Amino acid sequence: MTATVTTPRAGSRNTGIRRGEAAAGWVFVLPVILILGLFLLIPVLMALWVSFSDWAGRGSPLSGSVNFVGLENYAAVTTGGGLAERDFGISLRNIAWYVLLVVPLQTALSLFLAVLVNRAVLRGRGFFRTAFYFPSVTSSVAITILWLFLFSQTGVVNAVLAWIGITGPNWFQEPSGIVHNALAGLGVTSGPEALTQTDVLGVSLWEWLAGPSVALSAFILMAVFTTSGTFMLLFIAALQNVGGELGEAGMMDGANGWQRFWHITLPQLRPTIFTVVTLGVIGGWQVFDQIYTGTEGGPAKTTVTPAYLSYEAAFTRQEWGEGSAIAFLLFLIIIFFTIIQRWVLRERGVSKRRAARYEVKGGRS
Amino acid sequence: MSETLPPQAKVAQVDPGRSTPAPRTRRNGLSRRVSGQIFLYALLVILAIIYIFPFLVQVATSFKTDSEAASNALSLIPQTVTFAAYETLFGRSDFPLWFVNSTIVTVVVTLGRVFFVSLAGYALARLHFRGRGAIFALVVAVMAVPAVVLLIPKFLVLNQIGIYDTYAAMILPLLVDAAGVFIMKNFFESIPVSVEEQARIDGAGAFRVFWSVVLPMARPALITIVILSFQGSWNELSHFIVATQSPELTTLTKGVASLASGQLSQGTQYPIKLAAALIMTIPVAVLFFIFQKRIMNTSEGAVKG
Repeated sequence: MTATVTTPRAGSRNTGIRRGEAAAGWVFVLPVILILGLFLLIPVLMALWVSFSDWAGRGSPLSGSVNFVGLENYAAVTTGGGLAERDFGISLRNIAWYVLLVVPLQTALSLFLAVLVNRAVLRGRGFFRTAFYFPSVTSSVAITILWLFLFSQTGVVNAVLAWIGITGPNWFQEPSGIVHNALAGLGVTSGPEALTQTDVLGVSLWEWLAGPSVALSAFILMAVFTTSGTFMLLFIAALQNVGGELGEAGMMDGANGWQRFWHITLPQLRPTIFTVVTLGVIGGWQVFDQIYTGTEGGPAKTTVTPAYLSYEAAFTRQEWGEGSAIAFLLFLIIIFFTIIQRWVLRERGVSKRRAARYEVKGGRS
Repeated sequence: MSETLPPQAKVAQVDPGRSTPAPRTRRNGLSRRVSGQIFLYALLVILAIIYIFPFLVQVATSFKTDSEAASNALSLIPQTVTFAAYETLFGRSDFPLWFVNSTIVTVVVTLGRVFFVSLAGYALARLHFRGRGAIFALVVAVMAVPAVVLLIPKFLVLNQIGIYDTYAAMILPLLVDAAGVFIMKNFFESIPVSVEEQARIDGAGAFRVFWSVVLPMARPALITIVILSFQGSWNELSHFIVATQSPELTTLTKGVASLASGQLSQGTQYPIKLAAALIMTIPVAVLFFIFQKRIMNTSEGAVKG
């Protein structure tokens, strides 16, 4: 970084009205660069080193007594055959179900809410938008506490279920998977051997297919509750950009409301839907606060997420290499989705040739 | 549910501008649209109740006794109103300390972030210097780094530079936010250059132009940054978990999360937990209702950025 700080001299050829700009520019961005560098760039590099080392949490990870162990930590969580691999497998199983259910639900619900409140003649539009958006501004800790109460044995949800004669579970204590529960309802309580005997990441395929546990399902509902408002705003913005002309043309041609929505509005919302889906996936993979506050991974590890597992491995079990390895695997997964999103959205509205021109320009500067 | 349909909405159905088809179809269409409106409002009201009810239950339960919270979770009016939960929180717990810590961190972070982020945003938007493009690319790249991946890394560095378990460890890493730089840069680019040129010709230096000319014009964007950083640092949990361990440095998020696992005493203690979560929500809620319109618009920009 010191090398780049000395470059303002190069800009001093600027005279007159631009005099001193280069120096000022560097001074202005210096705090941001220092803090991002110190608390983002260096930490990532340090953690990368720890993920390849046998550092056990005592002393500095940079001291001479810490050894480079290559991919050992990564191997432990992906092919180790031990508890570490199984835990990582379970966390991936959990988060995969979480994302698989949260993303479509929150996307559909937020689009639905946006369409409902976007009507020009709607009275109390502000009130409804506020009501739907408010859960998004409250902290995940506060919402989790509220959720623990709502979904407790004697809580609101079970009280409502009791009206229709259903005895609700003790949600956050219930480790059984909902797919398994549904199968059990049909009389299927054990899987075929092909599924129970085949392991992926230390977890049998039968367990992979168990579905989210009842406890995780409560978190899934919570995520839908807290994020639908945010994404509703994205959809409202997009709906307002959708011109009315096409819809009117469709109305002239005799298309009914549903047809107009499905064939005219929805295709125009495609970029926003894509944004919401990828943001949902990226956010879904990062679930941590709720687990830390609510269940600490229980019951029976069915709410362990990769982010929580990484924290728990490092800070509770002092397996720093393992925790860092999990964090980097998670990092790769999230970056993968981020790149997909940026790549797809960049293509939008810009021809390939123009996009290529921008890329050359960006690479030079 | 039909009483939820205000008279104006009915009036709006009679659309005089619409072309006039055969009378029969018009009447049918009209009644279908009215019942459609009733259905729409009924749906909206039900949804709104689902979204609001949890918070009403939260308020009510915080004034209930432990046993009533368990026996009568749904009721919005406590049979016996008790302030026991609040008395415990403020009189016999560290709750006030947590509140003070959260306030200190949030205020310092917000002030610092507004200043640093707008400085950098201005430089990246307006000042010409070599490396500007590279720095901006770095800031954009940094925005992609997910916070949860940084838990271990942040702890390592805070420990290494010797500020672990201090206010500095809580505040410094939050002082800067890549998304904020991005928002400010976009805003400054929308201001006409001519405004600054006038000041420059009068001999004002870069900082003077920034501070006295451009910054006052940036109020809408600054309010956005204030909201985002207040909300962000007040609600922050994971960073504080890895940055501190002393009870004296516990923030509301950390403290209330520890309440969740039942640290105050035995039993479920839902009134206490919900009261704590409620008080913790109030500052953000106040901010939300003051700047409601702006928040509704900024989060769009923020997520898109």
